[in-house]
Amino acid sequence: MAQMTMIQAITDALRVELKNDPNVLVFGEDVGVNGGVFRATEGLQKEFGEDRVFDTPLAESGIGGLAIGLALQGYRPVPEIQFFGFVFEAMDSIAGQMARMRYRSGGRYSSPVTIRSPFGGGVHTPEMHADNLEGMVAQQPGLKVVIPSTPYDAKGLLISAIRDNDPVIFLEHMKLYRSFRQEVPEEEYTIPLGKADVKREGKDLSIITYGAMVHESLKAAEELEKEGHSVEVVDLRTVMPFDIETIIASVEKTGRAIVVQEAQKQAGMASQIVAEINDRAILSLEAPVLRVTAPDTVFSFSQAETVWLPNYKDVVETAKKVLEF
Amino acid sequence: MASKTKNNTIDAKKQLENIESQFEMFQILNEEGEVVNEAAMPELSDEQLQELMTRMVYTRILDQRSISLNRQGRLGFYAPTAGQEASQIASQFALEKEDFILPGYRDVPQIIWHGLPLTQAFLFSRGHFKGNQIPEGVNVISPQIIIGAQYVQAAGVALGMKKRGAQAVAVTYTGDGGSSQGDFYEGINFAGAYKAPAIFFVQNNRFAISTPVEKQTAAQTIAQKAVAAGIPGIQVDGMDPLAVYAVTLEARQRAVNGEGPTLIETMTYRYGPHTMAGDDPTRYRTSDLDNEWEKKDPLVRFRKFLEKKNLWTEEMENETIERAKEEIKIAIKEADDTPKQKVTDLMEIMYDEMPDNLKEQYEIYKEKESK
Repeated sequence: MAQMTMIQAITDALRVELKNDPNVLVFGEDVGVNGGVFRATEGLQKEFGEDRVFDTPLAESGIGGLAIGLALQGYRPVPEIQFFGFVFEAMDSIAGQMARMRYRSGGRYSSPVTIRSPFGGGVHTPEMHADNLEGMVAQQPGLKVVIPSTPYDAKGLLISAIRDNDPVIFLEHMKLYRSFRQEVPEEEYTIPLGKADVKREGKDLSIITYGAMVHESLKAAEELEKEGHSVEVVDLRTVMPFDIETIIASVEKTGRAIVVQEAQKQAGMASQIVAEINDRAILSLEAPVLRVTAPDTVFSFSQAETVWLPNYKDVVETAKKVLEF
Repeated sequence: MASKTKNNTIDAKKQLENIESQFEMFQILNEEGEVVNEAAMPELSDEQLQELMTRMVYTRILDQRSISLNRQGRLGFYAPTAGQEASQIASQFALEKEDFILPGYRDVPQIIWHGLPLTQAFLFSRGHFKGNQIPEGVNVISPQIIIGAQYVQAAGVALGMKKRGAQAVAVTYTGDGGSSQGDFYEGINFAGAYKAPAIFFVQNNRFAISTPVEKQTAAQTIAQKAVAAGIPGIQVDGMDPLAVYAVTLEARQRAVNGEGPTLIETMTYRYGPHTMAGDDPTRYRTSDLDNEWEKKDPLVRFRKFLEKKNLWTEEMENETIERAKEEIKIAIKEADDTPKQKVTDLMEIMYDEMPDNLKEQYEIYKEKESK
């Protein structure tokens, strides 16, 4: 096994699938010779040729449409949107077109497209780069939304996403790209979409989270442990459709829960998860389910980013409210 | 205050005139059905000429019947096609079965002649998903509602054909309004950059619902927009079936030869409203303009042309009309007999494998719909 960063694990997953399936195509802005702005596609054009790994003109809607057309011709496209903040340009291609291809055609056609895209705060990007827009895409029926939190998960989830017969939005948190290494098998393996992973077991409180907030939550759990609280951390991994079974099993065990997301509070994943917990496990709850989120502004200009972004201290604070309720 | 410039660095008049002068409308048959461009006459057998006329007459009847069925409440969404037969039917007539059509919402006739059963066209109009379940071997996709979205998808289909080494082209249609969309430019630009085998049609019927083409763009022709993408473009008389057929055939040949995409602007007119959902063209078009365009009618001029060659008779015309009416009647009956669509049907076609959230809801709707 090799020690890999998340970005290396992602490149490795792309390599595995390019090798496995001649219909897999990797394309986007600067993904060819340049290997992508984060080097996620480093070396892939050289290894698989320009027919399989290629640059596109600079137009996100065009990239989305190209993917749909290639899928209609039997390909399995893996386009990159250079930063997820640029997705607004491609929203019709994604939500209006590829998400509906199977539905619109009564099952005759499909869009087995995996859109990879970096997002997430903490790396001081200019505007429209870091926004947490998973809630927006998760609201569109027909799309699956995956957000890995570790190199190991990233590889297994990306391979599953590419093999999935429906469109998957695969969001890669920029801060996690190179923040740590982990043992990642060099051979292929898959992690099923729609299955959460309990990253830490506990019995007093469940923290439901995903992406970079998994690490803030784990850190918070350690702090709370020092004060005698046993905290469970559930990493959703797939935010749509999310693993309600694992969430409910955890909540029924602990009787208390908080949901942590990096996104602003309004109308996002955390609200949906709280509602589902209330629908299904209200009688198991010892306290209300609270949320830790960013405030309801557009993603912070980079100078205020460190305060805007939720961190482990915010998690500890909210966790205590629920534990002490 | 800005300082005065010394030179006219850009000779705007000359620059645009140089472009515009290359896009004079191409025509073969004039309004009187006379051949004005013998050299460009496509090689079509007598039978093919008769078939082309038959299809245009059939499609005019289909349009008339669809409008009246809509008024009776027996059809849903419908965008009238009369006036555009040469643009629609003669362009499809130049294609091969393996070519893939990505239509706009008014382009139902082309996909019918490419193989979509009439019954399904009616089901599409009624809002039944079975209308969009294209039969195997019919290379079309259901009509696009978002203006221009089909253009970027056509670039992808064409690139896929190129990668597969297929001797086929992706063919897509939009209107003059569609040529203002970002997807229009992205589509022709992507296909150009990849030299992908695509044909992009703009049926310029002068009005995007009510907005006249003069307010749509400063460009004197839409065909000239091809130049900016580095691909060839041509403006053709969209009421002249022979001209439309000839340029489509040429564009197709270029595409399968690996020479890349072509943009074709067909100058045409829709006689009817934008759709049957309450549009009133008298609010934005004069009857003088209607009359001017009706004089250019594709059926009238092609009929004159064929009659002079003794290739078309009143009997053939009536036979086509009767056949169309009969087939429409049968197709409507089949559409009536198609089982009603259920919410559970929609849930089944949402994903390859139904996720748990939908599975729960499926049980609820199954129960509801069994009552």
